[in-house]
Amino acid sequence: MKNKILSITKKEFLQISRDKRTLMIIFILPVALLILFGYAITLDVNSINMGVYDKDNTEASRDFINSFSGSSYFKIVTYVDNDEDVNKLLDDGIVQCVVVIPDKFSADIARKEDVNIQFLIDGLDANTASIILNYVNAATRSYSAEITKEVLAVKGIKQYVPIDLEPQFWYNKDLDTTQYFLPGLIAMLLIIIAVILTSISLVREKELGTIEQIRVSPVTSFELIIGKIIPYLIISLVIAYSILLMGKVLFDVTVKGSHLFLFLGTMSYLLASLSMGVLISTFADSQQVAFQMSQLISQLPTVILSGFVFPIESMPFPIQIVSNFIPAKYFIILLRDILIKGVSPEVYGTQILYLLGFAVVFIFLAARRIRKENTV
Amino acid sequence: MNSIEVKNLSKVFGNFISVNNISFEVKEGEVFGFLGSNGAGKSTTIKMLCGILEPTSGDALVGGYSIATQPDEVKKNIGYMSQKFSLYNDLTVNENINFFGGVYGLENKLLKDRKKWVLEISGLEGREDTLTSSLSVGFKQRLALGCAVIHEPKIIFLDEPTGGVDPISRRKFWDLITDLSDKGTTVFVTTHYLDEAEFCGRIILIDAGILIAAGSPKELKKEYIKNKVIQLDCSDIYKAAEILEKENITDSISIFGNSLHLTMKEQIRSLNELEDDEIKIITDLLSNDNDLKIYHISEISPSLEDVFLYLVEKKTADEE
Ligand SMILES: Nc1ncnc2c1ncn2[C@@H]1O[C@H](COP(=O)(O)OP(=O)(O)OP(=O)(O)O)[C@@H](O)[C@H]1O
Ligand SMILES: [Mg+2]
Repeated sequence: MKNKILSITKKEFLQISRDKRTLMIIFILPVALLILFGYAITLDVNSINMGVYDKDNTEASRDFINSFSGSSYFKIVTYVDNDEDVNKLLDDGIVQCVVVIPDKFSADIARKEDVNIQFLIDGLDANTASIILNYVNAATRSYSAEITKEVLAVKGIKQYVPIDLEPQFWYNKDLDTTQYFLPGLIAMLLIIIAVILTSISLVREKELGTIEQIRVSPVTSFELIIGKIIPYLIISLVIAYSILLMGKVLFDVTVKGSHLFLFLGTMSYLLASLSMGVLISTFADSQQVAFQMSQLISQLPTVILSGFVFPIESMPFPIQIVSNFIPAKYFIILLRDILIKGVSPEVYGTQILYLLGFAVVFIFLAARRIRKENTV
Repeated sequence: MNSIEVKNLSKVFGNFISVNNISFEVKEGEVFGFLGSNGAGKSTTIKMLCGILEPTSGDALVGGYSIATQPDEVKKNIGYMSQKFSLYNDLTVNENINFFGGVYGLENKLLKDRKKWVLEISGLEGREDTLTSSLSVGFKQRLALGCAVIHEPKIIFLDEPTGGVDPISRRKFWDLITDLSDKGTTVFVTTHYLDEAEFCGRIILIDAGILIAAGSPKELKKEYIKNKVIQLDCSDIYKAAEILEKENITDSISIFGNSLHLTMKEQIRSLNELEDDEIKIITDLLSNDNDLKIYHISEISPSLEDVFLYLVEKKTADEE
């Protein structure tokens, strides 16, 4: 059994070393995707150029403006004093957003009335615009929370924090967004690469007809799958650590928790992803179909349902249940803790068990399908 | 002693019957030909016999094991060369041999000996490090055969092994097959080339999944072509065929390259025992047309192709 698996693994390595397309997926795809997504995240959320039209021009209004300029996310580039200039700023692209403070700002606050502040956001790039909107919301709310606290204190009422809104926001002052997103990004990159590599490699054998030659030999479908997974496990482990290294160099994200669990967790996640690729290959008849299926099945759910972008706690309950079937969810939990905080090693074991569970189920289903397959 | 015993084997895909209730036996050490036109169900049958495709109904014993219930045992005793090209083009000759040796569990000395043998029969000694993609088709095919039988199986299945190969390479390939059979290996081979079928000890013919004839090439010719076959070369074979078809003197008219093969009706023969007469009848009929020139006309011994075409036509006629 060992000998047969090794023969397959060895053959696979030889083929990989000679296949330009596979080498590209291995060496170029991860780097390109990481830089692309990594910078997309950091650039968009750092230093939003902002213009200010302060009709009130009082201490209160300046205080409010300072709450923006004080954070690293906004850079106040210019002040204007009429509506025409506001439009010009946005039209010429000098700023991405303008805050207009009404003339009764401080007076209304003093009278404890509702205050309406106008934010004009360049909506050309919808994505950036929505990010800015979130920021502006967050910054404004934390400012009004401050006011609430002050007001209550002045009145001699026992001070209490109304609601801690922070976790609802995409950003918060204490947490660097890149650090927050990088684990999800790594999880997404790894699953895409792992699934594509295995599914393509198996479907190519179907296309060429060589898989028949293997199926007719005494090699079991289980041995075939293991023999195929080993080389890609080694390769994608190397990719995973290269990405971590790049994360350190480019985005200053370092490992804060256990290295051993990082290794075990990554390995289990890769096993789950690779066996998912094997399972997908049993449904696809051409490399092109396999490629598209792999992308669709690995990328989309990982982005939407894994907690990478949208926090799982704020999803509707049925979707929360669905998110349990996304392997990336468990890896992201583990990776976030290891990379950012390194505080709760007791949860690592459970995540790893879940991931290994996925691998076992996928391999079992794939082996069954390969054995029963009618076409090939 | 039978190597393969097929009993009422069928395979249905959806509502399409690919193999329809066929039964036959193959003796040990025999070269057994499996003929049929495109889509007749040859590859489907072979895959079932190799244990990689489950039969819908029926069963077969291959090397004494049931393909329905013991496919893993079947696999241990057979070699298979699929219709699709089955070597890795991006591996060298040596790497291909190592791989197939490996999946069949060969190691060390045994692997070395068998590698030597494969290189020898494929004529690739000294070219071990050549990439398989750069070999000519003839070499590839012999290498593929070598890899398929690297573990010295008792039974081998070859699915159209000589497709797209030049006549000399085909001949070499068949020499290898004959050698294997002489050493006691049972060879089950499908082919489109009816001249190749003449090398087989016994053959079966299937059409649209149904077995339509079985026997040695000699038996088949004797059984099905009782009538005389006449070969006709002329200036316009299509026109000639058209004229003769109207006359109701032939059982079948088939086109072979630039000539016609006419399978005559038996009654004509019984009218007159003189052989030349049929040729004379045809010559007379065709001479009515001034444009048509006969270059050559003679009686020939029927080939398997005649048998095959006769049977397929007869089956179609029966169905109508
Ligand atoms: N997996 C499948 N699903 C549906 N139909 C199939 C499947 N495999 C084969 N067939 C059909 O069964 C019929 C027999 O196919 P098969 O490949 O056995 O023919 P063949 O005799 O080997 O033909 P050829 O000489 O072209 O190789 C064909 O009509 C084919 O389309
Ligand atoms: Mg076929």
